[in-house]
Amino acid sequence: MQYDHVVCAFCGCDCDDISVTIDGDRITQAKNACVLGKAWFLSHGRPSDLPVARIEGQPVSLDEGIEAAARSLAESRYPLIYGLSSTSCEAQRKSVALAEVLGGCIDCCTSVCHGPSGMALQGVGEPTCTLGEVKNRADLVIYWGSNPGESHPRHMARYAVTAKGMFIPKGRKDRTVILVDVRRTPSAGAADIFLQINPGKDFEALWALQALVNGQTLDSDAVSGIGLTLEQLTSLADKMMHCKFGVLFAGQGLTQTRGKHFNTSAAFLLIRAIHRHTKFAIIPMRGHGNVTGIDNVLGWQTGYPFGVNFSLGYPRFNPGEYTVVDLLSRGETDAALVVAADPVSSLPARAVRRLSEIPMIALDTHESETTRIARIAFTTATAGIHAEGTVYRMDNIPIRLRKVLSSSYPSDEEVIRRLLVRVKELKAC
Amino acid sequence: MLRIINGEVYDPIHNIDGEIREICVRDGYIVSSLEGGGRTIDAAGMVIMPGGVDMHCHIAGPKVNTARKMRPEDHRRDPVPKTSITRSGVGKSVPSTFATGYRYAAMGYTSAFDAAVPPMAARHAHEEFSDTPVIDKGFFVLMGNNEFIMQQIAAGEREKLRHYVAWLLQATKGYAIKIVNPGGVELWKFRGNVHSIDDEVTGFGVTPRQIIASLAETNTELRLPHPVHIHCNNLGIAGNWQATLETMKALDGQPGHLAHVQFHSYGGRPGGLFTSRVPELAEYVNTHANLTVDIGQVLFGDTTSMTGDGPLAYMLHQISGRKWVNVDVECEEGCGIVPIEYKDKNYIHATQWAIGLEWFLLVRDPWRIALSTDHPNGASFVAYPQIIRLLMDREYRKEALKKVNPKAIAKTSLPDHDREYSLFEIAIVTRAGPARMLGLGHKGHLGVGADADITIYDKQEDKEQMFANPRYVIKEGQVLVEDGHIRQETYGKTLFVSPSYDVAVEKDIREFFSKYYTIEFENYPVQLEHYLPRPHEVK
Repeated sequence: MQYDHVVCAFCGCDCDDISVTIDGDRITQAKNACVLGKAWFLSHGRPSDLPVARIEGQPVSLDEGIEAAARSLAESRYPLIYGLSSTSCEAQRKSVALAEVLGGCIDCCTSVCHGPSGMALQGVGEPTCTLGEVKNRADLVIYWGSNPGESHPRHMARYAVTAKGMFIPKGRKDRTVILVDVRRTPSAGAADIFLQINPGKDFEALWALQALVNGQTLDSDAVSGIGLTLEQLTSLADKMMHCKFGVLFAGQGLTQTRGKHFNTSAAFLLIRAIHRHTKFAIIPMRGHGNVTGIDNVLGWQTGYPFGVNFSLGYPRFNPGEYTVVDLLSRGETDAALVVAADPVSSLPARAVRRLSEIPMIALDTHESETTRIARIAFTTATAGIHAEGTVYRMDNIPIRLRKVLSSSYPSDEEVIRRLLVRVKELKAC
Repeated sequence: MLRIINGEVYDPIHNIDGEIREICVRDGYIVSSLEGGGRTIDAAGMVIMPGGVDMHCHIAGPKVNTARKMRPEDHRRDPVPKTSITRSGVGKSVPSTFATGYRYAAMGYTSAFDAAVPPMAARHAHEEFSDTPVIDKGFFVLMGNNEFIMQQIAAGEREKLRHYVAWLLQATKGYAIKIVNPGGVELWKFRGNVHSIDDEVTGFGVTPRQIIASLAETNTELRLPHPVHIHCNNLGIAGNWQATLETMKALDGQPGHLAHVQFHSYGGRPGGLFTSRVPELAEYVNTHANLTVDIGQVLFGDTTSMTGDGPLAYMLHQISGRKWVNVDVECEEGCGIVPIEYKDKNYIHATQWAIGLEWFLLVRDPWRIALSTDHPNGASFVAYPQIIRLLMDREYRKEALKKVNPKAIAKTSLPDHDREYSLFEIAIVTRAGPARMLGLGHKGHLGVGADADITIYDKQEDKEQMFANPRYVIKEGQVLVEDGHIRQETYGKTLFVSPSYDVAVEKDIREFFSKYYTIEFENYPVQLEHYLPRPHEVK
C-alpha cells in the first residue's frame, strides 16, 4: 500500500511530499525523502521488540510504568521535563500542563540549539519569512554556520537554491548562493561563493557587515582576525544591499559558538539594517522536526519560548537559571522526564552525570543512550508514522502528521496524559 | 436550569431598555419560562446584558504568538498564577491563551474574533483556540494580498474567485473575509507599498480599489454572515483619511466593515503631524447604511502593535527604534510587530486618543459602531471598561481631556461634545451591535433561543468599576464567574463558515500550489475533527 503527501517529521524542513510504501507491518520505501528521511522512515517503520515500559531495565506493564513514573514525579521537589523536539504539539501541550501541576521546570532542545535565536528575537526582533517566500523571491541566499547538505539535505532543492518560484522562474540560475562557515563543508559545493571565517569570529564579521551596510568606513585593521579581507566583506555587504530579496539561514555555527545570542543578535540587526536598502529575511535552521512546535506551544501557554519555571505557580523565564544544562549541572533537578530527545548523548558530561543520579523517566520511540540509563523507560509510537499530530516547520508553518502504520505502543501524548491525570491525583492527596 | 430575577435588563435587539425582567435558562439557551427547580439569582440592583462580543482583536495565531515570545518584559510584570480550577499564564498586552480566555470572561465578554489570520497558519490559530478557555471564538482570513485572488481579479475570473474564496474559508475554518492594506503587503515583500487605492500592484495588474470591490462582491454572492472586513491602505499616515473615504466609496453600496477607523482618520501631509478628519468620515458613515466600523481606541500606556500590515510595522519601528518583527507569508500575506508606548503628552498619541472618542461621539447610530481597541494595538482589551466610562461620563471625560496634550485636543472637535452614552447604547456597541454585524443570530441578545451568555453587573456610579468587575458571568447557561473569580473552567465553541464551491476550482488551486507553495495542497486544509473541539458552523 502507498500513502502520498506524507510528512517526514525528522528535521525542521518537515517535507510533506513523501510517498511511503507499506508492506505488511513495515515501511519499505519513502520516495522523495532525503537520506536522513529515508533512514527515519525505514528504521521507525518496522516492528520493535522493546517492552512498552521498563523499570530499572525490567519489563513491566504500561500501567505499572505509569504508576511508578507518576509517583516519582509527584514525590520530587524540583522536577524537570525536557526534550519534546521530536513529538507532536498535542504531546507538548500536555507536557506543559504536567510541568505546571508539578511546579517544576520545562525546557526543550531549543535551549541547546536555537535558544540564542529566541533571545535575539527578544532583544531586537526578527525580520523573517516563510520558506515559500525564499522559493518565490530570493535572488540572494546565504547560509551562515549551517551545513544544509548534511543537516537538512532537501533544504536547497525544495526551498532555497534550485527551487523555481514566482519571481525566480529559472531557479538556481536566478540566485546567488553564499556559504559562510569556519570550514569547507560539503555544502560549499552548492554555493557560488564560499567565505571561510576564523572560528569564534562570527560576531565580528556580522558587526563589520552591519557597519558597512550602514555606510560607515572601515579600515583593514578593524576587520583583522575575522578571516575575511575588507574587500570580501565589502563585496558581501554590497551583494546584500543590492539584491531584490535576500535571505540568511542561520545555523548552529552561530548559536552554539562563542558569543551565542550576541551572534544571533548581530545577525538579526544586520538584516534589519539592510532594510534601509532592500528586502531581506533571516530564518534559523531549526534542527528537529518539531522543535519549532515546542517553542510555539510554550509561547502560547506560558508566554516564553523555552526554559520555563513553574515553582511559584506561574511561568517564569530565565535562560541560565531554568535551562536544562544549568539545572542539571548545578545538581538542582531531583527528577526528570525526558520526552522524545536524547540528552545523555548530547548534553555536557556534568549534566549527564546528574541525569544518571536522579530518577529519570524517558519516553522514546527507540532505544537511546537516555532510555538505557533511565530508571523508567517507555517505548512510544512515532509521531508521523504510528501517530497523528501537529508539527511546526522551521518557518512556523503548522502541518498535520499522517499515521501510516498501526502500533501497539501508546503515543507520547497518551503516556503524558495518563501521567498528568495520575500526578494530579497524587498531588491532591 | 437557571432563573435570574429582579434585574434591569438591557437587550437592545428586543428594544428592552432597563426593564425589570426575568431571564430563564435551560440547556445553555434562553427559554421563555421554567418549571421546577434550579438555581435562582436575585439580581436586584443589578444590570443584565448579553455577554460581550469583541469583533476585532488579535488573540491567536502566529503573529500573536511571536509577539508573546518576543516580549518577556511584557509578561514579567503580570503573572497569572494557577488555581485549583484554572491554568497559569501571563498577561499584559499579549496574554497567554489561558489568561486571554479568563480575562475576557472576568470582564463579561463571552465571544471574541481574531481579526487577521494568514490562511497558511489557520491550523496554528485553531490550536491556540483549543487552549483559550471560556469564550467562543473565530477568526477572519487574510485575503487582500492573496496572489491567487489578485490573479483572478486581474483576469476577470469572477466565478473562479468566488469558488476559491469559499474553498479558502472551508480550508481554514475561518469566519470572514479580511482585507489588510490591499496590495500594499504584496509590494512590501519587495520592500514597496501602495500609497493610494488606485496604485497598481506591480506584477499583478490590479489596484487596491479592485481588490476591495471584488472581494465585497464575492462576500455578497457567498452570503457570508459578516461583510468584508477592511483594514484600509495607509494606516497611521497623515492624510490617510482620503484613502479611507475612497475605500468606503469603492464599496459602492455593498456592505463593508471598516476596522479600527481611528487609525485611518488623519488629515495633514504624509510625514507631517496629523489632524482629525473624523467629522467628514463619520458624516459619510452616518449617511451610508452599508457601512459599519469599529474604533481601535488608543489608551495611554505600553502595548504591542501587531498587524498584517508589514510596511506599517516597519514605519513604527523606524519612528521608535524599538524591536521589530516582520514575517512575510508565501502567496498570501505578511505581518509586523513592534512594542509601542502611547504617551498622553505626545501630540500624535493624544490626537489618536481624541480621534477614537470623536468617532464614538459623532456616529449617530450606535448599531453601526463597535467598541474595540484593536487589542492590543490601541490598548489591551482589559481597558474596555475605561472606554465605557469615557463614553458614559461627560465629567470624567472632561477631566481626562485636561491631562493630555492640549495642542492636540484643541485641533479636534472633542471638547465640543456633551454626548453621553446610556447603558442601552453601551449594550449596543459592546454586544448587540457587534453580534449583528457578525451575523450571529444566536448572540448579542436575550431572546428565546439565544445562547445563554449573560453578564450581570452591580449597578454603580463609576462605570469603569462596574464594567471591569461583573458580579456574574454566565456562559451557555453555566455560572462561570462569580464576584470576579472563575468558578469553573469550560471551553467555548469555534465559530466558522462553510460556503459551498464548485470542486472544479481545485484543479487550478492545486496547480498554483505545486508551483508556488511549499506545502502540499492535500496537507493544507484544517481538519475539523482534529482542530475544532467544539465546532459551530454559522450560516
